Amino acid sequence: MNAQTKQLPKPPGKLKHALTFVIVLFLLWGSAVQTEASFGRLISGIPNMWDLLKEMFPPNWAYFDNIVNPMLDTIRMAIAGTTIGAIFAIPLSILAANNMVRSPWVYQIARFILNLLRTIPDLLLAAIFVAIFGLGLIPGILALAVFSVGLIAKLTYESLETIDRGPLEAMTSVGASKLQWIAFGVVPQILPHFISYVLYTFEINVRAAAVLGLVGAGGIGLYYEKTLGFLEYDKTNSIILLTLAVVLAIDYFSTKLREKLL
Amino acid sequence: MIELRNVSKTYPNGTKGLSNINLTFEKGEFVVIVGLSGAGKSTLLRSINRLHEITEGEIRIDGKSITAAKGAELRRIRRDIGMVFQSFNLVKRSSVLRNVLAGRVGYHSGLRTLFGFPKADIHLALQALDRVNIAEKAYIRADQLSGGQQQRVAIARVLAQEAKIILADEPVASLDPLTTKQVMDDLKRINQELGITTIVNLHYIDLAREYATRIVGLRAGEVVFDGPVSEATDERFAEIYGRPIQEDELLGEKSL
Repeated sequence: MNAQTKQLPKPPGKLKHALTFVIVLFLLWGSAVQTEASFGRLISGIPNMWDLLKEMFPPNWAYFDNIVNPMLDTIRMAIAGTTIGAIFAIPLSILAANNMVRSPWVYQIARFILNLLRTIPDLLLAAIFVAIFGLGLIPGILALAVFSVGLIAKLTYESLETIDRGPLEAMTSVGASKLQWIAFGVVPQILPHFISYVLYTFEINVRAAAVLGLVGAGGIGLYYEKTLGFLEYDKTNSIILLTLAVVLAIDYFSTKLREKLL
Repeated sequence: MIELRNVSKTYPNGTKGLSNINLTFEKGEFVVIVGLSGAGKSTLLRSINRLHEITEGEIRIDGKSITAAKGAELRRIRRDIGMVFQSFNLVKRSSVLRNVLAGRVGYHSGLRTLFGFPKADIHLALQALDRVNIAEKAYIRADQLSGGQQQRVAIARVLAQEAKIILADEPVASLDPLTTKQVMDDLKRINQELGITTIVNLHYIDLAREYATRIVGLRAGEVVFDGPVSEATDERFAEIYGRPIQEDELLGEKSL
């Protein structure tokens, strides 16, 4: 070995980082140009924002009487949608986990369905269901259910794949049928995770349900559209405050509950 | 009675796990299988209840071929073979009692077990726990127990299963010397009192000599020794291992 090969290694070049930076900058600039966004417009828009804020305050407290029921509807939609989604997520997550089914065909197809479900935006789903079932809570519930299946099943099957194999082996060795194998080996291990994911999805669904009314799928969202359309910004403000309070409360309790579970 | 006829196992990558094994285990025997790690001890044990598939030969349990069995018939044969694992394989979040009751599932339909077990089964499970002296832990979560206690729960699961054969795959490898002795004593006592055929994989040679009625030595997937404890001298062990016995293969008398 000669002296040259014994040299200490040199740090890798910085070219890659520099190039990444240039590309990100280019994309940012390109996006701004294409969407005609600029700081100038942002700054010139500030007085408008200020006017809007002034009109929003004080909120119209009396309007709360009108929106409590739609708000409850929104929560009901979220509960119904999450529950339906959770029920359908159970078989799908088992089919998508590669330690639950042997055949790659089965779990790859199940995963493809899950990915498909999650790529459709919930507003689009709601709009489609409104077109099918007409205005009301049903299309909202269905849209949330479809979205929930995708999310809950995805999170659950990923957790399923990390469960302890030992108890599963033990269940095989005692002569358990597939159903018993799942009930005694899998369910106790995955249940806390599953409940946690359902609660998490419920949090997301409450927020999503609040805007679904914009496309006619019921709940508080309809009132956003109404009050904005009539330029009644003080009422809009009431809706925003109520939504904020409800979402914060549900997030708080759901997070507390999930901490207890795991 | 367990009969292994010309049993071989070749892994998909070509390595030989077991080669041409012929063994017969009589009812009530306490057999210890010894050998270096990688000699095929675990593969052999797991072939008996078909947790591992064999590629050649046949294994018969009380005259019935487990190698050919499918579906309900396979589950029926497995129901009679209890297994104890190195890592206990309990559901840690479930109660001790529920872990023991899991041994009973083979006796009921899937739906029946979803809605709770018959009183007789619960009684049986509590008796099984009593036999390994941890009945008072029945309603505690399994992960609250020490390693030795968890392994005794696993033994209770096998007892509740009313197995005719117990396979124990390195049952004491994760335990300290004192609990090792307790667990081995439990296995031996069950073997003698209930006449359950017991086959144990062990790493420690002195432990094998102390508990076994018959020792089987494996090397590179082949049976290189099969005989009573009296014949299993240090020299024979040196042959099984292909080298003199080392200190870490002895549990040591003092710690017992």
